[in-house]
Amino acid sequence: MLVLFGATLRALPRIFRYRRNLAEQLFEIGNASLFMACVLSLFIGGVLSLQAGPLLAQRGLGSMLGGLVGASLAKELGPVMMSILIAGRIGSAMAAELGSMRVYQEIDALRTLNIDPVEYLVLPRVVAISLALPCLLVFSLLIGSAGGAFVAALNPEVAVSATAFFNSLKATLEPRDIIHGLIKTFLFAITVGVVCCNQGLDTMGGPRGIGRSVTKAVVNSIVFILVLDYVITRMLLPFTKASMAGGF
Amino acid sequence: MTSAKIDESGVSVRVQQLRKSFGSQIVLDGVDLEIQPGEIFVLMGPSGSGKSVLLRHLIGLETADSGEIRLNDTRIEDEGVRDRFRLAMVFQSGGLLNSLTVGENVGLYLSEHRLKPAAEIERIVQEKLALVHLGPKDSLKYPSELSGGMKKRVAIARALVMEPQVVLYDEPTSELDPLVAVTVGREIVRANAVTRATTLVVTHDRDLAFGIANRIAFLSEGRIVAVGAPEVIRASQDPLIRRFLSADFTRD
Repeated sequence: MLVLFGATLRALPRIFRYRRNLAEQLFEIGNASLFMACVLSLFIGGVLSLQAGPLLAQRGLGSMLGGLVGASLAKELGPVMMSILIAGRIGSAMAAELGSMRVYQEIDALRTLNIDPVEYLVLPRVVAISLALPCLLVFSLLIGSAGGAFVAALNPEVAVSATAFFNSLKATLEPRDIIHGLIKTFLFAITVGVVCCNQGLDTMGGPRGIGRSVTKAVVNSIVFILVLDYVITRMLLPFTKASMAGGF
Repeated sequence: MTSAKIDESGVSVRVQQLRKSFGSQIVLDGVDLEIQPGEIFVLMGPSGSGKSVLLRHLIGLETADSGEIRLNDTRIEDEGVRDRFRLAMVFQSGGLLNSLTVGENVGLYLSEHRLKPAAEIERIVQEKLALVHLGPKDSLKYPSELSGGMKKRVAIARALVMEPQVVLYDEPTSELDPLVAVTVGREIVRANAVTRATTLVVTHDRDLAFGIANRIAFLSEGRIVAVGAPEVIRASQDPLIRRFLSADFTRD
């Protein structure tokens, strides 16, 4: 996997040559995931408000709910949930497509045509997922906050108006929190792309092998996302402590 | 089709003591072969005898445990060998990229390596498709819309676009009915006549082998059992070859 990552990095300067493949992959990711990402984010924001709202309201901290929902979405739930969604929807498709190309000798055919499968197949996919996933995080943050505000306003146990919710969100959420989330999402995206492409290229044994590769690609991606989440959070903690002290 | 036509300007392929194992299974057990420039050389043998593995070594998709392969005097592992020699392979399944149209598949080598302008690539693609009896309408189809025989013909056209010096065919008539198999066999002979490329065909189709070969080698359990002109192989008294050539379906 590290070898594939290295080869993809080395091929990166030639991405412009594969702009058509890149555009196709970007469309595929956006088309397949945007609606699902919005639905997921709406309900994550809603559930956060539903769970945390009454607890904060009981302690007279209901007005801080927007900040809590926004920070959770930007720094933790948004990046992790969007990455898991993409691993399930896009990563699995990548592993299946490359696996099928391997099994049906399409990748061997590329090699015989002196075309590097890493440049032709892996590079556009990894770059596309790395560009698309941070964009999805921005959508997730907007829609998730709306979901949180909606539940906060309608739930009588919380009874925080949308204006108060978004005022709290604006006061708490700093650009560095969003950058924190974007960095995480970008690194998760590269991980999902490389893990799934690697699994696809390693496929052996016919249609059953493709099924095995898809399962391994998704499971490995999720494990890597969660492990990396801890590592990156730990590394970025010194940079976000100030904002936590100011907000919560 | 039995007199070997030697092309002095072409590329010879020499295989020396090639060995390959997958785990404990010995697939190639010291294979020696010499293929003359421009000839159609058929490698025949039963399933699992190592024919396709040998072919994959020739195109660089596998690395031998020991032994060597030379194109003229150049070792196939040497740096830049793929720049000096143009090798093409027609896969058993065709190996066409399903996400591309027939035309895009055929022109892929030229477009990806930016060897010609788009209009010129289109002209060459149509020319090569015409060589295998496919028309402009076929170039817009996707591989999933083609029959098995058409896929093989498109794969041959894609190989011809490279103007190859060596063409390798892996089981070109497998999964084809006898009529289409004959057509594909004719396309191989025609392609050889047009390109003068050294041609190696791996098959267990006896009719194809004796119909198109200048010379035939018989491979069994990773070893070359016999090499010679088709009539020599047909007359061989080797029990393995006799059994392979005389195998027929009869009801009890």
